[in-house]
Amino acid sequence: MKTPVYLDYSATTPCDPRVVERMLPYFTETFGNAASRSHPFGWTAEAAVEHAREQVAELIHAHPKEVLWTSGSTEANNLAIKGTAEMYREKGKHLITAITEHKAVLDPMKHLESQGFEITWLPVDRQGRVDLGQLAAAMTEKTLLVSLMAANNEIGTVHPLKDIGALCKQKGVLFHTDATQAPGRMDLDVEAQHIDLMSLSAHKFYGPKGVGALYVRRKNPRVRLAAQMDGGGHERGMRSGTLNVTGIVGMGAAAEFARTEMAQEIERLRRLRDRLEARLLRGIPDAVINGDREHRLPHLANVSFPYVEGESLIMGIKEVAVSSGSACTSASLEPSYVLKGLGLGDELAHSSIRFSMGRFTTEAEVDFAADRVIHEVTRLREMSPLWEMVQEGIDLSQVKWTAH
Amino acid sequence: MAYSDKVLDHYQNPRNVGTLDKNAADVGTGVVGAPECGDVMKLQIKVAKDGTILDAKFKTYGCGSAIASSSLATEWLKGSTVDKAEQIKNTQIVQELALPPVKIHCSVLAEDAIKAAIEDWRKKQAAHTDAAAQKA
Repeated sequence: MKTPVYLDYSATTPCDPRVVERMLPYFTETFGNAASRSHPFGWTAEAAVEHAREQVAELIHAHPKEVLWTSGSTEANNLAIKGTAEMYREKGKHLITAITEHKAVLDPMKHLESQGFEITWLPVDRQGRVDLGQLAAAMTEKTLLVSLMAANNEIGTVHPLKDIGALCKQKGVLFHTDATQAPGRMDLDVEAQHIDLMSLSAHKFYGPKGVGALYVRRKNPRVRLAAQMDGGGHERGMRSGTLNVTGIVGMGAAAEFARTEMAQEIERLRRLRDRLEARLLRGIPDAVINGDREHRLPHLANVSFPYVEGESLIMGIKEVAVSSGSACTSASLEPSYVLKGLGLGDELAHSSIRFSMGRFTTEAEVDFAADRVIHEVTRLREMSPLWEMVQEGIDLSQVKWTAH
Repeated sequence: MAYSDKVLDHYQNPRNVGTLDKNAADVGTGVVGAPECGDVMKLQIKVAKDGTILDAKFKTYGCGSAIASSSLATEWLKGSTVDKAEQIKNTQIVQELALPPVKIHCSVLAEDAIKAAIEDWRKKQAAHTDAAAQKA
């Protein structure tokens, strides 16, 4: 086993070697510009792009013409949100999202807010789910878009897409979902789930970085977008720019593997994740699993280790690559807004670690990670005044702290 | 984030982790910070009658820099005197550990912990002296 062990698949995944193999010829041999109509170099590139479009469409049960290439999910989210807002502003200037969305959704929304749009920021429950009644109540005749993610990147909570989609359809509101974390890990079906716009990113499912897609519904209703990138009119005028043929070929291949191998992969990931969680809970008193235990991505575990601070824990388990729910490494010293959004106390949010497993994770790696974490949490607790107080029977919530 | 070698050393081999009897007359205890801010430091000193610091212990909940700052503080305190300890400035800790700007608050907290422990010890001394005076 090689260290550090990679358990941060939700941040990014390695390219699957099979994906790389399919991409290689497009760097050197089949290097044409997919927009060149006058020679075979362009035609073969275009054919490869269209094949990839079919592969991605198949993953989400869409028509290939509804798939639009972008540089990733951030661009797809920006285009979906700002593009619809600009296009449908006559209808009304109201959009709905939730507080636990990725920054790539929250920030375009904030941008629109500064432009005079009205945004409803839905809260979530302790599991990270929005209340459908609250969502329905927030919709008005002026609402043009609801944007709710398929699955949360920090805690893995899965939203009931089908119910949200049906509600939006019934109220005549467009539904966008940021599905960045979802491919290969949960079912995506734009028809059954009534989705009008969906953002995808290749590098989250074993494709290359720098390529993504936006699904844009073509029928019932036909969704139109105001382009956010002007130029040569590529991608039906909605996203200009020479296509990243190599990356697109890679994303297509990655989508194919994600679709065909999903069933076994979900089972395998869930077993690994459950194994990790069971070991951690057994080895560490008072450890807490965050998020929704039932409606959750199969590969992700977000765990709080009370009385130990997350950044120091990550520092101690340097043979294991994970991410901290607390953003102490930035200047803000703020714990994760997602965990705070769940109503987790700041100290639990400060003590949380996200483990995310993937295609190349082994049982031995999971066991190694669990052992390292247990060892380090135990060591840090011996050093923790909070742990000492709790052992003495002191209720930490009753202590008068000197906030700084 | 890249940590300095000194921070890593203190984090991996913290000096003087532990607890002194907080009820003892010659022990001063300082607890500063708050769990919701992500760091809490407990620093204790055991002081001889002449003001020499005989022992120092700490426990810290916080990032590696917070642990290193308090560990370093106990090293400096042991064998020093209360009067000298009061002069320790957070900037000395920043310099010794090469803390980056975002971690300066860790050194501030360590300075606060030293001051709080000394204050606690002084209060106990005053109370002790008062009690002795009353007896006499």
